[in-house]
Amino acid sequence: MALHSKHLLGLENVPKVDIQSILDAAVSFKEILERPIPKVPTLRHVTVVNLFFENSTRTRISFELAEKRLSADVVNFSASSSSVSKGETLIDTVRNLEAMKIDLVVMRHPMPGAPQLLAKHCSSKVINAGDGSHEHPTQALLDMMTIRETFGNFEDLRITIVGDISHSRVALSNIHGLQTMGAKVAVCGPPTLIPRALEKLGVKIYYDVDEAIANSDVLNVLRIQKERQEDGLFPSIREYHTLYGITRERMKNASRELVILHPGPINRGVELDGEVADGPQSVILQQVTNGVAVRMAILFLLSRGEGGRDELGS
Amino acid sequence: METVKAKIMDEDDIRRTITRLAHEIVERNKGINGLGLCGIRTRGVFVARRLAEAIKKIEGKDIPVGVLDITLYRDDFRIKRIGPGVQVTDIPFNPDDFTVILVDDVLYTGRTSRAAMDALMDYGRPARVQLAILVDRGHRELPIKADFVGKNIPTTGRENVKVKLKEQDEIDEVILVESGE
Amino acid sequence: MSWEVKKGPEIMSQRGWLVDKASLVLLTKARVIDPSQDLDTVTDILIERGKIKKIGDIDKKELENYHTLDLEGKILAPGFFDMHVHLREPGQEEKETITTGSTAAVAGGFTGVACMPNTNPSLDNVGVVRWVYDMAAGGPVDVHPIAAVTIGRKGTQLTDISDLYHAGVRAISNDGDPVGKADVMRRALEYSQLHDLVISTHSEEHDLAAGGVMREGEMSTRLGMKPWSSLAESVMVARDVLLAEFTGGRLHVGHISSWQSIEMVRWAKGRGVKVTCEATPHHIALTDEACATYDSSFKMNPPLGSKEDREAVIQGLIDGTIDAIATDHAPHTVEEKLVEFSFAPNGVVGLETAIGVVANELVNPEKMSWNEIVQKMAIAPREILRLPSASIQEGEVANLTLIDPEAVWKVDASKFFTKGRNTPFDGKNLHAKPLGVLNRGWILICPDARMLWS
Repeated sequence: MALHSKHLLGLENVPKVDIQSILDAAVSFKEILERPIPKVPTLRHVTVVNLFFENSTRTRISFELAEKRLSADVVNFSASSSSVSKGETLIDTVRNLEAMKIDLVVMRHPMPGAPQLLAKHCSSKVINAGDGSHEHPTQALLDMMTIRETFGNFEDLRITIVGDISHSRVALSNIHGLQTMGAKVAVCGPPTLIPRALEKLGVKIYYDVDEAIANSDVLNVLRIQKERQEDGLFPSIREYHTLYGITRERMKNASRELVILHPGPINRGVELDGEVADGPQSVILQQVTNGVAVRMAILFLLSRGEGGRDELGS
Repeated sequence: METVKAKIMDEDDIRRTITRLAHEIVERNKGINGLGLCGIRTRGVFVARRLAEAIKKIEGKDIPVGVLDITLYRDDFRIKRIGPGVQVTDIPFNPDDFTVILVDDVLYTGRTSRAAMDALMDYGRPARVQLAILVDRGHRELPIKADFVGKNIPTTGRENVKVKLKEQDEIDEVILVESGE
Repeated sequence: MSWEVKKGPEIMSQRGWLVDKASLVLLTKARVIDPSQDLDTVTDILIERGKIKKIGDIDKKELENYHTLDLEGKILAPGFFDMHVHLREPGQEEKETITTGSTAAVAGGFTGVACMPNTNPSLDNVGVVRWVYDMAAGGPVDVHPIAAVTIGRKGTQLTDISDLYHAGVRAISNDGDPVGKADVMRRALEYSQLHDLVISTHSEEHDLAAGGVMREGEMSTRLGMKPWSSLAESVMVARDVLLAEFTGGRLHVGHISSWQSIEMVRWAKGRGVKVTCEATPHHIALTDEACATYDSSFKMNPPLGSKEDREAVIQGLIDGTIDAIATDHAPHTVEEKLVEFSFAPNGVVGLETAIGVVANELVNPEKMSWNEIVQKMAIAPREILRLPSASIQEGEVANLTLIDPEAVWKVDASKFFTKGRNTPFDGKNLHAKPLGVLNRGWILICPDARMLWS
């Protein structure tokens, strides 16, 4: 079963059946990762460019591993975000790469909507690996895979995203994806880090993290970037930690089943205490493993042949 | 449009053929020590399980049955819309030093068997690989020959052999169909 | 007449427009609308050497060597005037020139424009201002430069406002770099009263705009775009109306877009403050939802607002809080716009679609009449700028716009006269089409309407 779209630009408007397909396929790919030879020849014919206009070692490595484990040819293209607005345009860059026969672009870009621009003006398939503070669909899917491994399904599951929601692509993708699957999504953070009109997306907003913990099955804790303090969005790291840091003390009020996610890299002692990050309720490393599996599933499902017979002669 | 030209095997024929194949496998391998079956999804798995049952009746012992999904190893991935999603491969024995018998319902071009061998090799290094097939309809495109053949059915290019098994199709039968223009 | 000026009509002629300077023209059976003269009637108009000779029944037997333009079912109004355009010349001729901008004005049914000083060099001294007048002199479009409030539009030292007035300037503005310092704005509002100049503002408080790229709200949250609060505009409008009240200076708020700003102007007008304002066709027609595709043709400053903002703009036009409609015509090259939304420059072109969009959004749904549209697009702009009216009276200059109110046409940006292709209305069907203009002795009629000429 193929996905309904040629691209994966975001999770807003991705139908439930597609999310289901990706998560189901990811289970099989996770099995491949555990084999003696964790590699299959499926995408031998596919050339993928990892186009990163912003540093993201983790996401790029995860994609690269996923691509290599499917036997795709992989090219990495990195450019600093400061050079994006100058010189060659994004469309020219990708058309040049396309002239060298590539099939799929995995792009990280600092500006929201950049993947949409590519999808409209270039012929490759596009996977959004994070566009500004818009979406990061593969991260949300790996979060969802991890949640599903723990809880089995999403129906009425209470998931709270804690931290800097305004500048988070992870939050928006999680909100869309989880809501599509029937979960109840909330966010928690100081008012200066919660974007305007977020409640119109059907999201509950907590300003008190203890209340959030008491009413959640899953906490997805986001990284706090120190530069937000410089922007005047909260007074100090110390005060942030006091108000919103997930500490062992706070976790005492949590239900036994509460699971902690974090998209990484963790600022230990800021948004999340080390003890909790390494504790029994943390599934953070499981997320990392699932990241490769989910990305393999997406690469696989987007690369399927189009047209032709449904089944191969035996 | 497809028209059914002939019914080649009914439920009893299939049962007898599987019993014979089980005998041949046991005889050729001198028992079932170090022997494992590996069914190729989808109907190969059912044939493998039936073979295992038949072998148990003969030898009084269980023979391990694995399930192999070859979607990721197909050589037509690029050009065809592939059927059902990728499913889990599950081989309950370590294929290293085992004699693994790949089991499928129909042998045709040989491409599925080729893909199955590739997939199997990624799990380990079997001592020997054999191929058991319910129906061989000819038209090979690769140099592959089955070790155990239930029935040879020569076909023309427009003919197709359909194996139906109760686990999936509510009936046990093998039919010859012809596709119209 | 500058050789540059003839180029405009030449370009239009090459593209199938009828371009004539006939000395005797009889316009027949038009619906003549001029609210300044309480005129809305079907009648004939005789034009001789660019002036209105007679309105009413005209005895053709007394005429010799004359042309007629059959305007049955068409609207004839005082020439439309766009008081907010960017002609980009001097300095950014790759985006637009005075010539191409003037052809776009004619194609859009405008006989006059006021162009903003954000050129390079900026229009902050008599020399540059005179050069702009020279470039347009004798052409079919009246081009009125709006000079900068402060030197280099930097917001510190006032320009030679009196000299500029004597050179012809009737309005000053710092445009996209608004006067940030309240005391400088205060002095400008005081000093400009020497000549009853109006200060046209682009109201944007820099810190509150905070580098945003679209209006802050549900859509900016959904799209992950850097939010741009409507406060950036309304806080500045609040400041400026208070300064205008205190100083008694004349303030004109350009492209007003948020309901709070409109409320501020309404409040100030109620108190007798000398304040006027304008709204653009795109803020009349569109909301921030249009940004959903990340198409930079929907990126402008001020950004598209919420539904409430759009409703307030329309209501403000209806109740008179908003005096005029101006396009903020802001051409950019295709290359500049075909990039990530956040990187694209602000601005959309508007001259060639204004009448159609206004008809779609206001006239067809019967929110406003053609009389009111003529008031907002022809009469009020000239009044605010204290320019001679273009009223339809015997003895006056024939400064006229022709409109077919029944035409339905599809916008095709590739066929624009402006160099810009950055329209949010490409491919859209519009009602009412400008057919041509008469001004300064020129007669320019679009290809579709040529058969009306004989």
